[in-house]
Amino acid sequence: MPTFVYMTRCDGCGHCVDICPSDIMHIDKTYRRAYNIEPSMCWECYSCVKACPQNAIDMRGYADFAPLGHSVRVQRDEQKGTIAWKIKFRNGTEKNFLSPITTKPWGTAIPKLADVPGPSKEMRDSQLLYNEPKWIRMDDGGLRTLEAAGLKLQKGVAY
Amino acid sequence: MFTSNPFAALSEFWSPLVMQSYVVLMAIAVAAGTLFDIVHKGSARYFFDHWRQSKSNGIQKIEGGELMSIAVQTAVVDVLASGEFCNARRRVAHLLTMYGFVIHVVATAVLVFLYPAAPTPALWPQLWWIGGLMILVGGYWFWFFIRVDVAAEGNSPFRVMHADLFILSLLASVTLGLIWAWLQTRGSAASGPFFGLHIIATTVLYGSVPWSKFAHMFFKPAAAFEKRVSKANGTAENLPTLTRDDPEQQARHSMELLRTAPMDMGLGIKREPPRHY
Repeated sequence: MPTFVYMTRCDGCGHCVDICPSDIMHIDKTYRRAYNIEPSMCWECYSCVKACPQNAIDMRGYADFAPLGHSVRVQRDEQKGTIAWKIKFRNGTEKNFLSPITTKPWGTAIPKLADVPGPSKEMRDSQLLYNEPKWIRMDDGGLRTLEAAGLKLQKGVAY
Repeated sequence: MFTSNPFAALSEFWSPLVMQSYVVLMAIAVAAGTLFDIVHKGSARYFFDHWRQSKSNGIQKIEGGELMSIAVQTAVVDVLASGEFCNARRRVAHLLTMYGFVIHVVATAVLVFLYPAAPTPALWPQLWWIGGLMILVGGYWFWFFIRVDVAAEGNSPFRVMHADLFILSLLASVTLGLIWAWLQTRGSAASGPFFGLHIIATTVLYGSVPWSKFAHMFFKPAAAFEKRVSKANGTAENLPTLTRDDPEQQARHSMELLRTAPMDMGLGIKREPPRHY
């Protein structure tokens, strides 16, 4: 389902150009608005759809499995730390989802790797990977689990 | 320099009627160009089709007073304050250029129609200069530093393409116009050629409406209005309407990890400008 841009919504901010992993979101030479230069090379990753601050990017479903009338739209609300999806089926059925995309304020949980001392020779020769076993907490109260985080698993599919 | 009417000196050579006819001709060119643009691209038909579809799919009926209130919000927030821009620098540059253009055009019309040869109150030439300088500050800032093919695509600011017709002809018209006025007050003979170039650039600006993005000043407010109406009538262009503000959503199992998180998580990808190309 490659992306396309509503030209009247796009303000040419460049976030989709910046984020597209396939490098196919570019700026139109006539109107200076974003457009997908090669839909057949689209990974359908939705990065541009989620990054667009104007919600100007939508997906065009292939006619064989997503016939006319459907809609899959997404709103990534970074300020609230959530992502919301609205799936609309051709028969009018609607499904709405809301999920977290971060649990901490943005930029507060970035490891300061530059401040970490370099590995010693003994660490380099070890079979363990960087920060093992510390980060998997084998030596600090066991593995990270739902219970350790104070959560519990619910049965069934939790929407 | 800032208090003399640059058009008054022209009346020594040309009748004020010639200047006034030229201004009227340019206004007609903008109106005709915009109408041609609307018909050629089918944008009006698209707008009204989309409008009818949104109205028929809408959960809530929006009529009368509410529609008027949305129109006022669109005019105040989206048009007068350029509220749709997500990038603060682009918004400031657009406000400078937009208000500069309005002030400059109104001052030009007043100088040409009301004071073509007579003594001119100092206010109008000053507004003409202020408007022109605002266009130059906003326009060159946009052209060299902000426009997306330079900022996001990494292209040279000197790479010219079709999309630049509007901004370049606007900048050329105003730059040449201000240089002409400055040379005129110094009594320089070079003011004549600069005036000729100014007229060429101005004719290109107002005569190229069907091929440039000049008409965005008409279709952008229409799109912003439609967007607000679709939010109000519940269709929201099929966009999700669930938010974390809703207590019912906060209580859901999938939102458990955000139970104690602040409601404002700050900026995500917008912490940095999109310049990782």
